Amino acid sequence: MIKHLSAIFLAALLSFSAHATEAPDALVKRVSGEVLDIVRQDKDIRNGDIQKIVALVDAKVLPHFNFQRMTSLAVGRDWRSASAAQKTRLQSEFKMLLVRTYANALTSYSNQRIVFRPFRMRDGETEAVVRSEVVQPGAQSVQIDYWLELADGQWKVFDVVVAGISLVTNYREQFAREVRDGGIDGLIASLAAKNKSLEVAANNRTAR
Amino acid sequence: MTKLTGSSIRRLVSLLALGGALVVTGQAGAQDNPRDPYEGFNRTMYSVNEALDKYAARPVAQAYDAGVPLPVKASVGNFFGNVGELWIGANSAMQGKPRDAGTGFARLFINSTVGIFGLFDVASEMGLERFNEDFGQTLAVWGVNDGPYLFLPVIGPRTSRDLAGWAVDSFADPVSHISPESVRLGTSVVRFVDIRAGLLPADKIIDEAALDKYAYIRDAYLQRRNNLIHDGRPPRMDD
Repeated sequence: MIKHLSAIFLAALLSFSAHATEAPDALVKRVSGEVLDIVRQDKDIRNGDIQKIVALVDAKVLPHFNFQRMTSLAVGRDWRSASAAQKTRLQSEFKMLLVRTYANALTSYSNQRIVFRPFRMRDGETEAVVRSEVVQPGAQSVQIDYWLELADGQWKVFDVVVAGISLVTNYREQFAREVRDGGIDGLIASLAAKNKSLEVAANNRTAR
Repeated sequence: MTKLTGSSIRRLVSLLALGGALVVTGQAGAQDNPRDPYEGFNRTMYSVNEALDKYAARPVAQAYDAGVPLPVKASVGNFFGNVGELWIGANSAMQGKPRDAGTGFARLFINSTVGIFGLFDVASEMGLERFNEDFGQTLAVWGVNDGPYLFLPVIGPRTSRDLAGWAVDSFADPVSHISPESVRLGTSVVRFVDIRAGLLPADKIIDEAALDKYAYIRDAYLQRRNNLIHDGRPPRMDD
């Protein structure tokens, strides 16, 4: 019995460490597959239950994103002049904005198919792109590229590029202008206000 | 067609002249994005377009999207896709991509025959990929730079190069050569509504994602064009 249990434990441990060094393409395929399976089965999510969507994204998707790198990419040159406390606030506000905005896209998921392009990576590389395409009947397919980097033995996404548009660097000019007008704190305030207005809009929607 | 093109070009020219006048006043605002030197003018045109979109284009696109069954919408999209295929192939050829050009011409042939005048995209189901090419991209491959960014009502965002490319595209567009003017106009309107309806899902995302919608759309457009010019593999540009 004990032997049996320890075998299960060992297997669990092994599969965990297998995940830890999972290749970038395998990681993206596994996570997107798991998320879409849940969306497919969950009526509440498809009906736009934002709480449930955020919980799903929090549990399944966010652990595989490097938000510090994403935020520093979006902020650009001004990132270096931010204090540690400012960086933390920027990161959490930016994360909330991205989650609120793009989690909603999951509700419109219906019968699209995700096709992954052949993946190539040289040994020892610490950055990789996983290219995919969302195919839907009667519409042009949409290219989605995931940029990942290897840190501490784990691949994490630092950019998502949809139809050639980076969801991260597309903020750079807007953020730079906010910083120019009101400093880093001004940018933090604008992001917080934006998140607040999105929250109010979401609450009004569920109240109705 | 020359009459219509002539008048629309005249309108464009007067619009640009107006733009030039506005630019002079707009520059006092210390706009410092080197890719968008006419930002003051562009923002004005952007608000004009927003109003036109809100009260005309978007309601019509929404009605079309809600009222027309999916197979019909798909066929409308396929039909206009097929109409553009010859010019896409020509642009592939001009960019030195003979294989893509061959695919384009094969698509045109298959979809026009087996696909019944382009109503069905049989070629895609056969694995012949549809490419996204236009004369603006061809000019870019030939070494023409973006030039200043412009936002014009109805036409939308364009770099100067892509505005020139778009003028050539319009001339090469088979729809612009349809002879009874009423049919040409009707066809153009249906195509416009089809394109606008295709962009409806993006509206909400932009509304929610952007701190500044004008800048968000501008930078998304510039990224998208750069991606198309490099056929989906642009060099990554981070600091």
